[in-house]
Amino acid sequence: MATVSVTDISKTYPNGAQAVHPASFDIADGELIVLVGPSGCGKSTLLRMVAGLEDITTGDLRIGDRVVNNLDPAERDIAMVFQNYALYPHMSVAKNMAYGLKNRGATKDQIAAKVDEAAKMLSLTPLLDRRPSQLSGGQRQRVAMGRAIVRDPALFLFDEPLSNLDAKLRHQMRVEIRNLQRRLNVTAMYVTHDQVEAMTMADRIFVLNAGKIEQIGTPSEIYRTPASTFVASFMGAPPMNLVSAKGVGRQVLIGDSAISHPCADGDVTLGIRPEQVTLSDTGTIPFKLTLVEELGASRLLHGKIAGQDFVVNTPNDDAALADDLLLDFGLDALHLFDALTGQRL
Amino acid sequence: MKRAAFSQPLMPVALLLPQLIIIAVFFYWPAGEAIYSSFFLQDPFGFGSNYVGADNYTRLAKSSEYAKVAGFTLFFTVLVTFLSLGIALLLAVKADKVIRGAKTYRTLLMWVYAVAPPVAGFLGALLFDQNIGPITDLFAYFGYNLQIGLNYNDTAFAMIVVSVWKQIPVNFIFLLSGLQSIPVAVREAALIDNKSGTRRFWDITFPLLAPTAFFLLIINITYALFDTFGVIDIMVKGNPASNPITLVYKVYTDGFRGSDLGGSSAQSVVLMVLVLALTVMQFRMLERRIHYT
Repeated sequence: MATVSVTDISKTYPNGAQAVHPASFDIADGELIVLVGPSGCGKSTLLRMVAGLEDITTGDLRIGDRVVNNLDPAERDIAMVFQNYALYPHMSVAKNMAYGLKNRGATKDQIAAKVDEAAKMLSLTPLLDRRPSQLSGGQRQRVAMGRAIVRDPALFLFDEPLSNLDAKLRHQMRVEIRNLQRRLNVTAMYVTHDQVEAMTMADRIFVLNAGKIEQIGTPSEIYRTPASTFVASFMGAPPMNLVSAKGVGRQVLIGDSAISHPCADGDVTLGIRPEQVTLSDTGTIPFKLTLVEELGASRLLHGKIAGQDFVVNTPNDDAALADDLLLDFGLDALHLFDALTGQRL
Repeated sequence: MKRAAFSQPLMPVALLLPQLIIIAVFFYWPAGEAIYSSFFLQDPFGFGSNYVGADNYTRLAKSSEYAKVAGFTLFFTVLVTFLSLGIALLLAVKADKVIRGAKTYRTLLMWVYAVAPPVAGFLGALLFDQNIGPITDLFAYFGYNLQIGLNYNDTAFAMIVVSVWKQIPVNFIFLLSGLQSIPVAVREAALIDNKSGTRRFWDITFPLLAPTAFFLLIINITYALFDTFGVIDIMVKGNPASNPITLVYKVYTDGFRGSDLGGSSAQSVVLMVLVLALTVMQFRMLERRIHYT
């Protein structure tokens, strides 16, 4: 249990490529933060810098009250869960979990007690003598978790731990990891490219893009007030609709349709979440339907407004749909972004 | 067992025949011949042979000279295997850690492998040459007169050095590729679990390298026993009597120099049994070997 404090941390490779631009943030004790972003955005690099598997080019990294920049990974009091589990294939489940403890000078009794406790917590007790090759993906993931838990580290690091699991198991493990982290009250950093994982698990989300942190916020902040078009389009499934519009007077023009909304004159990008749009006979925006995706409880309507792609998420009422529809949305559903920089206005 | 469908019953036989003929001509026939002649005592001038039963074998068992050669062979094999594996492992571990220019570095180390074994053996022998060998010069500098082919210990030393030197690149390539097939994440997990690099090597890296290492162990034993013939031949300079030789070389000297075909055949039968035992051991271990992934 510890706080993490990061000051102007950055990573530049010898060839000059900047993987992580200087970033500063703090993580509170017991908080779970999720680093999310597309592949290559630097989220894993940032995590590996915290772990000590990558050098830190500039800046200070504190775990608890120690600056750990120059400490070996083994001395940072962290535990890491890897994407492909990274279990020791020649050791039994019990030995896999015990290895880290053994090297830290724990006695045999302490190790046995810890491994036992973790195995119970993760329902691994009947598997303790098996080798990793005899386990299923979900079980291996649990062992990797167990290996992290037994150490009582100051900080948990997760590097896309669920991306090798099938959808059902992923959901189950997501809940399990979250419960476990709450119960143990360990500070955790969690890397994923899956925005659903980010939304459901995080106390706070860090959205990364091209080596920069675009936004830090609680899941609802990120969802309700995305700081840029990147965040808006990355978070949410289906993503937020982004259409080019024009501010004229106190109106926003999308093609020929006008919406009254305070807006500076000039080009803007208008963002509207698909689930905040309603079909209405009295609607103001014409929508040309091209494709319907049935999701069971709801349906996704793909089409165009003013010639631009647009998706609407409506409750599934089995109604037949005409090709030309009218859309309505509340004014509080509108997000305005700078057309050039993509920053929120 | 899946039965392959051939419309012509003779077709599979015809397809197998070339391979079977090669094995028969180059392996079963000479092997059978060796076993057969090991029960005979041949006239040195080739005028005939008498059946002597197991005499050739009992003679071998009683021969103190044979015991001495066998002893040296054991010593030689253990040392060559251990040293060539050990040094190659050290080099592979170091090469694996190189980050900058890794490819160039590894390619340079592997080049040695491309030198044909006899050429390498000859190069090795030149290193110890009485007149121009740099190693001989080095010993001379420290006041020791290295006499290859004359002094028993000096010759043994040179044989071992050259044999080890020749085998290192092969081992190096296998061990390096074995090291590189260990998943990066597993090593990183170990990095977090254990501070000591040496302990990490013996706890994680080495066990994961064991299948490769075991395969190499068998290959190296076979190499030291049989494939060092050329090196020994160059080192003893046609004077095997006062020099150390291995069992394989003794088969050659007794059979072709001493014209004792029966005794030499008996020796090769003994070696054949040895190879058979090694092969069985290898297959057993390969079967039992744990497949980690």
